[in-house]
Amino acid sequence: MLILDNIPALLVAIPLLASAVVSLLPSARIAWGFAFFTTLICLYMAFELVGIISSTQALSYAFGGWEPPWGIVFVLDSANVYLVLLVAFVSVIATLYAYTMLAREIAVEDLPKAYAVWLLAIASLFGLAMTGDAFNLFVFLEISALSSITLIALGAGQDRRALLAAYNYLIIGAIGATFYVIGVGYLYAATGSLNLIDITDRLNELGTNQAAITGLAFMLAGIMVKAGVFPVHIWLPAAYSYAPSAVSSLLAAVATKVAIYYFARLLFGIFIDITQLVDFFLLYILMPVSVLAIFYGTIAAIYQSDFKRLFALSSIAQIGYITFAFSLNSHSGISAGFIHIINHALIKGALFMAVGIFALGIGSRATMSSMQGVGRQMPITFAGFVLAGLALIGVPLTAGFISKLYLFKAIFETGNGFYVALIALSSVLSVLYLWKIFEVMWLKEPVQPLKIDKEPASAYLPVWLMVGVIMIFGVYSGEVISSGIGAANALIGAR
Amino acid sequence: MSDLQLLLAISLVMPLLSALAVLVFSNQENIRDICGPVGGLITFISAIFIASAIMDGKTVSITLWQIAPGIDFSFAVTPLGALFGLVASGLWILASIYTVGYMRGAKEKNQTRFAFYYAVAIHAAMAISYSGNLMMLFIFYEVLTFSTYPLVAHSQTKEARNAGRLYMGILVATSLLLFLPAIFWVWTVSGTLEFTKGGILPADFPPFLVSVMLAMFAFGIGKAALMPIHRWLPAAMVAPTPVSALLHAVAVVKAGVFSVLTITVYIFGIDFLNTTGSAVWLAWLAAFTILASSIIAITKDDLKARLAYSTISQLSYIVLGAALATAAATEGAALHIVMHATAKITLFFCAGAIYVNAHIKKISELDGLGPKLPLIFIAFFLASLSIIGIPPMGGSWSKFLLMAGSVDAGMPLMLAVLAISSLLNVYYLLEPCARAFFKPAIKKVHVENHILTIIPPVVTAMISLSLFFTIDWVRPLTTLMVMP
Repeated sequence: MLILDNIPALLVAIPLLASAVVSLLPSARIAWGFAFFTTLICLYMAFELVGIISSTQALSYAFGGWEPPWGIVFVLDSANVYLVLLVAFVSVIATLYAYTMLAREIAVEDLPKAYAVWLLAIASLFGLAMTGDAFNLFVFLEISALSSITLIALGAGQDRRALLAAYNYLIIGAIGATFYVIGVGYLYAATGSLNLIDITDRLNELGTNQAAITGLAFMLAGIMVKAGVFPVHIWLPAAYSYAPSAVSSLLAAVATKVAIYYFARLLFGIFIDITQLVDFFLLYILMPVSVLAIFYGTIAAIYQSDFKRLFALSSIAQIGYITFAFSLNSHSGISAGFIHIINHALIKGALFMAVGIFALGIGSRATMSSMQGVGRQMPITFAGFVLAGLALIGVPLTAGFISKLYLFKAIFETGNGFYVALIALSSVLSVLYLWKIFEVMWLKEPVQPLKIDKEPASAYLPVWLMVGVIMIFGVYSGEVISSGIGAANALIGAR
Repeated sequence: MSDLQLLLAISLVMPLLSALAVLVFSNQENIRDICGPVGGLITFISAIFIASAIMDGKTVSITLWQIAPGIDFSFAVTPLGALFGLVASGLWILASIYTVGYMRGAKEKNQTRFAFYYAVAIHAAMAISYSGNLMMLFIFYEVLTFSTYPLVAHSQTKEARNAGRLYMGILVATSLLLFLPAIFWVWTVSGTLEFTKGGILPADFPPFLVSVMLAMFAFGIGKAALMPIHRWLPAAMVAPTPVSALLHAVAVVKAGVFSVLTITVYIFGIDFLNTTGSAVWLAWLAAFTILASSIIAITKDDLKARLAYSTISQLSYIVLGAALATAAATEGAALHIVMHATAKITLFFCAGAIYVNAHIKKISELDGLGPKLPLIFIAFFLASLSIIGIPPMGGSWSKFLLMAGSVDAGMPLMLAVLAISSLLNVYYLLEPCARAFFKPAIKKVHVENHILTIIPPVVTAMISLSLFFTIDWVRPLTTLMVMP
């Protein structure tokens, strides 16, 4: 069937076209309805893709009939199909959440344009997740960066620091993208190809090639900026904390995850045979950097009083866990990383959404001093928030526990007790900042009445949808686990 | 669902229902306060049926779903678990009766909240007893920690909050830092966490790593109060006495040593530990804890503090039994869970009764109080004898088996440790009675008589006494535990 055959292209094309339409729509409500409907279609197509991949294992979609390695291809296998589903799911939930939240945070006349950029960002995330072409990725990277920056800057109505955050992201993101495209240039010079699979084959024929190694190093560095890997994460905390809540939850949940996925694909799927670079990079760069990220993010979060910034810092630590799992360079390490990509996206998305609702309730930024007793005033949102927090710690029967289980499995398989001690210590530290929040929000008496009558159901419903999935994945973890193992199989072969 | 599964479900759900009933009837004090004893009775009866089925060689288990490969959300009763379930639920009945007398007598605030978390804690203890695997045990171990925090910090004074923070800090940190990673480790090397007789570790697992893993468990299970992870227990004594009695003499601390014993028996396997000698260091550490905390207990004038250090010492008897890893020693350890629980709950009941009825907390002020509260001090005396291990009290059996076990394990020095500990027990446990009966009263004390605080200790003292004669009722469970 025509539609089913072209799903990979449609997944990018539909939100892209819808974005143009949305920007022309007269009313905010219609614009939202159109955008929401678009994300629903994307979710449906993502489910179809999962079905296709589970029966055919892999899919290569050549644009315009130009067969690879000449044309642009989208490649789908078990490493990225669940990521596509994740992006689609989170987009639906975040758009649902945006209905109430975005309208209260930015001017009404800007809303249709905001939803247009919103869809653009979603389209670029799908593109990033699927493309099998090194240069095409750069294009999506730029679309994603520009649309994210616009969305972040929309937070200026609430807090003018959003403009600075967006500007920082623009500059640092541009540097990252430049690094990436320089890398692609080197690689193109060395291999004469832009198709990732083709590049792998040619590199194997080429043997050791300094230009290719230099190229790869540039590409990895560029992607790390986008993925928010320590220490090139510096754009991230401000960007997440000053963006409108709906934007924060969308970006925090999936934007960095897509970059991390591509990072893993470059390392394990494409360049794994260049062992002199990859082994060195994993052991001597990525691992120490990940450990630093984990401790920096966690400890900085403990001392942070602004909630959104706190969770942004926690994201840096969580990204550290994912890259740490990758740096173990093993099948179970890669599985653990991919499992945590999914789980952390859901958890952090839910947390950012809940913080947004709290901030709406008190009419100002959520900080340790302004949030006293707010948990008691907004119990429904708070209950979801607490469950997501428990999942972030990795409490059993939540999705976070499954991540932790597989991360520790991967660590124990290395037989290195030092890693065990480090990760165990960091997980204890992460309890501290969540306990601090709990103490402030629940154990202290409320200090001021809420600015809204009651918790908006249209805002806490999405939170609870996310939390529901988190709890289900903690109890029936089979799908998530097999998606992680499937990703590792697709990248480095079954073990 | 078979009858036995139904009983298992009842014994797990009943405490929770009782907790909910407490909330529902929060405004009708008398109905609210009957929820605990009734819930306890139903739970206890189910526990008896479950234990007798286990004695008949039946298996009792419920598997709900799979959390991850090799980790089920399941309950499966081991002989040891059946024994602990009996202790926790049986003593809950008496403790909940006592709680009513104490809380009303001491005019404590927030009695509904107290009764609610009390029942939730018992639920966690029952779930720990009947856990089917190590992960389930861990989950409810944490539920127990979190549900007892509001009880420890009950009075909401600065002191109580600080104690609560220390309590949570030590228990949560050790469990996340050591206990949980150790569980992950077991799962990584064996692919399962199911409690299996003879252990689940691969036979070629290096002995040195066994020691490391055992250390992660021994120190990770902070509730076992092995030195130096014992500080939380004296701190927790700021809680109202019913908490100290049931939770910090029975449910919480016994959950700790129960976990240690379960892990040595069903995860490592006692033969495995014995042949590799990986637990010898733990036996010595337990011996040190036994003696050191006895000596600290002597220096304490506060009755509850003294009992707390006595508990730390007695818990290490059980850890010692587990570490010796012979059939007799582990049996002794398992029986000591029962014997020490009944005796120590009596002592705490007495301490609380003395406080409620005479408003005295210090041992040095007990002089001449004996004739005014005769039943309390007789109960105290009997329970002390049981802890010292003098026949005809139940405690003499477990001590005897522990001694036999140390000889079997080729560590006769442990005999000396146990003997010295008994002597220290004589000194610090009999002093309160001696003062109460043989010293003249130094000041006039007004004594009330809250009957609900007096009956429970008398009953538990009687149980402690009768366990000497009825040891054959519970012994089959411990025999089943060590049978190859």
